[in-house]
Amino acid sequence: MSNKTRDKEGLSRRDFLGLAAFGTAILASLGVLAGSLRFVKSNVYFEDSKKFKIGKPENFPVGTSRKIDDKNVFIFSSDNGLFAISAICTHLGCIVHPSEFGFQCPCHGSQFNKDGKVIGGPAPRPLEWFEINQEVDGTLFVDAGKAVPQGTKYLFA
Amino acid sequence: MNDSNEFRNKSTTGLEKYKKNLMSLKSSFVGSFLRSGKPTSDKSRAAVVVNNFFLHFHGVKTHINTLRPSYTFGLGLISFFLLVIVFISGGFLMVYYSPSIETAYNGVKDINYVVFGGKLMRNVHKWSGEAMIIFVLLHMARVMYTSSYKRGREFNWVIGIVLLILTFVLNLTGYMLPWDQLSYWALVIVSNIAAAPKELTDIFGITQYFDIGGATKEILLGGTEPGQDALTRVYLLHIILLPFGICIALGVHFWRIRKDGGLSKPDTISAKGNGVASISPPQKTGGIFPTYKTYGLMELAHGKTPAVDNDVENTVTSWPNLFIAEIAVFIFTLAGVVAYSYFIDAPLKELANPLIPENPAKAPWYFLGLQELVSYSAFMGGQGLPGLAIAGLLLIPYLDREPEHFGIWFSNRQGKMVALESFVVGSIVVMGTLVFVVNFGWFRNWWPEIHQMWIILINPGNILLGFVILYSLWVIKRTDSTRMGAIALFTMFLVSYVILTYTGTVLRGPNWEFFWSSSQWPIH
Repeated sequence: MSNKTRDKEGLSRRDFLGLAAFGTAILASLGVLAGSLRFVKSNVYFEDSKKFKIGKPENFPVGTSRKIDDKNVFIFSSDNGLFAISAICTHLGCIVHPSEFGFQCPCHGSQFNKDGKVIGGPAPRPLEWFEINQEVDGTLFVDAGKAVPQGTKYLFA
Repeated sequence: MNDSNEFRNKSTTGLEKYKKNLMSLKSSFVGSFLRSGKPTSDKSRAAVVVNNFFLHFHGVKTHINTLRPSYTFGLGLISFFLLVIVFISGGFLMVYYSPSIETAYNGVKDINYVVFGGKLMRNVHKWSGEAMIIFVLLHMARVMYTSSYKRGREFNWVIGIVLLILTFVLNLTGYMLPWDQLSYWALVIVSNIAAAPKELTDIFGITQYFDIGGATKEILLGGTEPGQDALTRVYLLHIILLPFGICIALGVHFWRIRKDGGLSKPDTISAKGNGVASISPPQKTGGIFPTYKTYGLMELAHGKTPAVDNDVENTVTSWPNLFIAEIAVFIFTLAGVVAYSYFIDAPLKELANPLIPENPAKAPWYFLGLQELVSYSAFMGGQGLPGLAIAGLLLIPYLDREPEHFGIWFSNRQGKMVALESFVVGSIVVMGTLVFVVNFGWFRNWWPEIHQMWIILINPGNILLGFVILYSLWVIKRTDSTRMGAIALFTMFLVSYVILTYTGTVLRGPNWEFFWSSSQWPIH
């Protein structure tokens, strides 16, 4: 029997079984690797809650603004109600600071207007607006895990 | 002979043998690890190399071209010795450093201000790591401009680029460890660059189903913001995974140099002499590249002379010629690093403060070119353009396969002209683009409503990359030589890296605005 006849018949049984075994070994190893990579994605993050209290509505007279420093959120109070704008730049996560036109990011020069809309620099998205809620005792709390559409303002008694 | 006669003729007691062994302890012990003794002939000089674990990856003989300082400038060797210095000094630093956000910063402060020689040790670690970036890039330029990525060395160029990337990432993970302001904000920015594919998935509206960027970021940080988990992971990368990777890649890099017949050399050196007829060229087929490599003696046994290429007459014994050169390079490298570290201190900023980024928040100098690109688009500057640049560099040996002018700086007169032209044209175009951006801004300044897709597709970085590609193609068309295109491409890559780095380092100030120098920065 020559190689020629074998070529005509296609893969020999020996080669087929060898390749099958080899392929199985590779697939099994890749499966183990993929499962192992899932290992590095933690199931629980030990981080502060995204919800935090900011006090009673009377702490925010109309026309004022405040930065909740340790949460990197600006609270504004307007005629139409309270609103919370994130201080975290949507470009690469630096903290913006207020400026004459709105907000300015120190790291790569992104600029936002007073509503958090991008007016210059590399930021791809406007600054996030967050939900504000009131607890039964009247205390307000911001949920920085919950973005709301730009322009969402909250009126509280 | 005398010894054996003595033993045969005299009856010796056990104690006498013991005494004799004790007397000859020095010579027998030294002889047990220095097996060949002092080499006096070419044969014993060869034995030194073959029998020594630390020398055996050298050739027994070295081509004189390899020893020409003006051919290699010792750049690869300097990079390697810098890595050795980094490993040893890093091991010392680990004595006092612990990767906890509570203790890391104080540990580094202790190293700087309390530990004997601590500041010098840290400086040596920091500066040799940064010097590696310079010397690996210079080594790469040497390999590029002498055509040394050809004739079987194509894949070693690829491994070299892997080593370049590892060098950058090792430096990056290194400055994340002290948990100072630089570490913290670097983690913020790097993890957000990892998350930058969000720009793309947002455009297609699939982020909520397939957030590859966000997942990468969370895996990198072990959370959503930098903290203890992030430090643990970066430490793992810096101390175990990346050093392990660089050792393996470097081992393969060196091994392939030997298998490819040592360092590249011009044909003009090897073609002379009358050895051509006496050597039977090895019969090797397979692969798309001609195999110019060193063959084992057995492969050549049917010829008359075992030899590397055709020029045994141009080789000298590695012992002592090569080893003296290597030791000289090592001593100068060590002296340079220690002297620099004695006078210039590695920076350490204030303790990490998640509430206030520095203004400007600048990475170390070698990333400031990228920071400039990132200030156009996070995705393109942080992932797209570096990825394309690396892909372009990787492809050079596969797209330029002209075998001529191997081992000759800039190939020929034309090559020198092309390199010079690319240098001038590249400088003008890169600077012109920067001047435009600084003066007129970009899309977002003109049309704030513009869709992000346009900025990803058309930004100053992409325009520079597009120009470099088109210019290289034009050079190929004009000169009818892919080699000239490769020279143009690489020269422009180097020019862009240097000019962008200079811009990011010197010309950018608070809020990433343009200033001629830091003395003009506003006081706040």
